[in-house]
Amino acid sequence: MKCVYLRVLSLFVLLFSVVSYAAIDTYEFNDEQTRERFHQLNGELRCPKCQNQSLGDSNSPISTDLRAQVYRLLNEGKSDQQIKDYLVERYGEYILYRPELAGHTLMLWLAPLAFLVLGLAVVLVLVIRRRNTVQSGGLDTTEQQDLEKLLADSGQGSAEATSEVESNKRD
Amino acid sequence: MKRVYLFVPLILFIALVVLFAKGLKLDPNDMPSALIDQSVPEFSLPSLASPDRLLTRADVIGEVSLVNVWGTWCPSCMHEHPYLMELSDQVPIIGINYKDVRDDALDWLDKLGNPYVLNVFDEMGTLGIDLGVFGAPETYVIDRKGYVRYKHVGVVSERVWLERLKPLVDELRGEK
Repeated sequence: MKCVYLRVLSLFVLLFSVVSYAAIDTYEFNDEQTRERFHQLNGELRCPKCQNQSLGDSNSPISTDLRAQVYRLLNEGKSDQQIKDYLVERYGEYILYRPELAGHTLMLWLAPLAFLVLGLAVVLVLVIRRRNTVQSGGLDTTEQQDLEKLLADSGQGSAEATSEVESNKRD
Repeated sequence: MKRVYLFVPLILFIALVVLFAKGLKLDPNDMPSALIDQSVPEFSLPSLASPDRLLTRADVIGEVSLVNVWGTWCPSCMHEHPYLMELSDQVPIIGINYKDVRDDALDWLDKLGNPYVLNVFDEMGTLGIDLGVFGAPETYVIDRKGYVRYKHVGVVSERVWLERLKPLVDELRGEK
């Protein structure tokens, strides 16, 4: 019983755990909208030092500096695109977690779609093939004949076996 | 079903192994610099040695040189320092003292020696951001006209110098 409680508890812990921003800065915003844009940008920009964390997640010194830059640019009234361009100019496209749709990033964007289509195609082919075998009714005439012959043979075989056992008993 | 199809998973598996093996060998820190073949950005920052003297882009260009980003807070810079002392005879090294405390940095140069022709004191890391610096040490090769031609992230060792930096420096010196 205890075990069940433990399981339920761990399930809840897993389900309701949330990703929290590791780094805490105190920035004040004029309005809620700017605050949201700030957090949005921090989530979409990549920490150049740690690379598997966003600017918002990382507390490396460079991320702190870059968050300060994002904050400064936001307050200067720059658009999200201008802020991203500013950082791309300095750190390259590497810094974007959501790369621009362009010739060299086309594969990145389209590969998941291509794999989805490929997967669907495979499933479709398999389904159609299976349906065809079911509709054709299984065995053709020669196979049917083979089957009957096999059944007849095995019937005879077992009959022989039984009679053998019976004859043994009599002895 | 043809027998050949049975090999499809195996072939896919081998393809994945090759892909992952290649991925393992990639260096995640090998980030292409956005500044390659771009001009060194404009700046106006004090010199490390004399706070009243403002340095600008014009002070650091003119010769093929190395621009080395360092700080006393950076253990790898300590590791790199002796080799920079050796290198300073062969190529001018411009220092960017990145996010440091002035007195600590001056102490460091006093005690360990000064391989730099001059040092820009980038206390807030603003020049660092314009250069796309994300840590220290980082070393840039700049040409006579003040264009960034190469960026090396990490310690400049003898191997890095001989294999990557020196050939480029020699080539750039040959350019007019």
